[in-house]
Amino acid sequence: MTEVKDLEALFQAKIDAEQKIEPKDWMPEKYRKNLVRQVSQHAHSEVVGMLPEGNWITRAPNLRRKAILLAKVQDEAGHGLYLYSACETLGVTRESTIDDLLSGKAKYSSIFNYPTLTWADIGAIGWLVDGAAIMNQVMLTRTSYGPYARAMVRICKEESFHQRQGYEIIAVLSKGTPEQKDMAQDALNRWWWPSLMMFGPHDGESAHTAESMKWKIKRESNDELRQKFIDRTVQQAEVIGLKVPDPDLKWNEERGHYDHGEIDWKEFWNVVEGNGPCNHERMKARIAAHENGRWVREAAVAYASKKARKKQAA
Amino acid sequence: MSDNPNNWPLWEVFIQSKRGLEHKHVGSLHAADAEMAIENARDVYTRRQEGNSIWVVEAEHIHASRPEDAESLFDPADDKVYRHPTFYTMPEGAKYI
Repeated sequence: MTEVKDLEALFQAKIDAEQKIEPKDWMPEKYRKNLVRQVSQHAHSEVVGMLPEGNWITRAPNLRRKAILLAKVQDEAGHGLYLYSACETLGVTRESTIDDLLSGKAKYSSIFNYPTLTWADIGAIGWLVDGAAIMNQVMLTRTSYGPYARAMVRICKEESFHQRQGYEIIAVLSKGTPEQKDMAQDALNRWWWPSLMMFGPHDGESAHTAESMKWKIKRESNDELRQKFIDRTVQQAEVIGLKVPDPDLKWNEERGHYDHGEIDWKEFWNVVEGNGPCNHERMKARIAAHENGRWVREAAVAYASKKARKKQAA
Repeated sequence: MSDNPNNWPLWEVFIQSKRGLEHKHVGSLHAADAEMAIENARDVYTRRQEGNSIWVVEAEHIHASRPEDAESLFDPADDKVYRHPTFYTMPEGAKYI
């Protein structure tokens, strides 16, 4: 029998040679666990992410915006499904993955624990939240686990409209009445810092970074991705005449990047631990949706088996 | 596998993007039966005109080769370069060959 050590060396050699790992390949248990955690958390984020935006579907300002928002929220449901399927290839059932979310054992992105107070927030979510997610997801199209990488390619193709429709909303508001411009600025003020937190703790404090980089699950660090996001987004804010709410934000000629102020990590951990403005509301909505859908799932199974019996009898 | 009978089985989805092309694996989903699997596949995998035809197969009916058998299955082809047209030397000046 091949020793685990040899298998691990073979596995790492595959990764180093830029070969994808596929579901039936041998993989270290920690690689598998690490992926289950990351992919399921990613899936949960897509699904919970529908809630803050769903909040505005009935109140979208016109039919064009409503159709766009509906399509976007439907995409998020699809993205959740691609990711749940990828997660399932790692040997965990869909049911247990969803149970882990509903019991609070699994996390989702903390950004969705902030409320959408005005229509401008829908713009800010597309522009900033999806913008930040795209940074991360473009990197993940090259992740080492095949099914995860393929899900990411699909998601990235669909995601770019999400960011553009959001930026368009904010751009239109910022050219509107003084009240509308204030609304756009207020949304940027509230979403800027939580968006930067989406990239996770600084590299030195990130629990999984070193291992994830060695296994090429992640290929760029939290701080690198965050910097890229800031550099691109600051320019986009300037174009539409909005001000990024960071007094320490300054172009650093030498580094070729923006320097930025320190993130409030106390707030970050506080929201992660369940004390954000909407944690309770989001979980309540997810649990209610799951429970209220139970009879539909059961009825579909009953109907399918009835049809199968009839077909057999015929 | 879950033993809860109310869980929908897993289906693998194959989409033909255009007439004349092959059906290609795009992903999977859960559904109570084949009809629902096709409807869900329509919603999940063809929202942007990606599809012209859908196949669904219950995942448990797919049999796959084992990664550890890859060598014995595929290595025998490695030393048979003469199966490729570029292996052959053509006389100078010959056309359309």
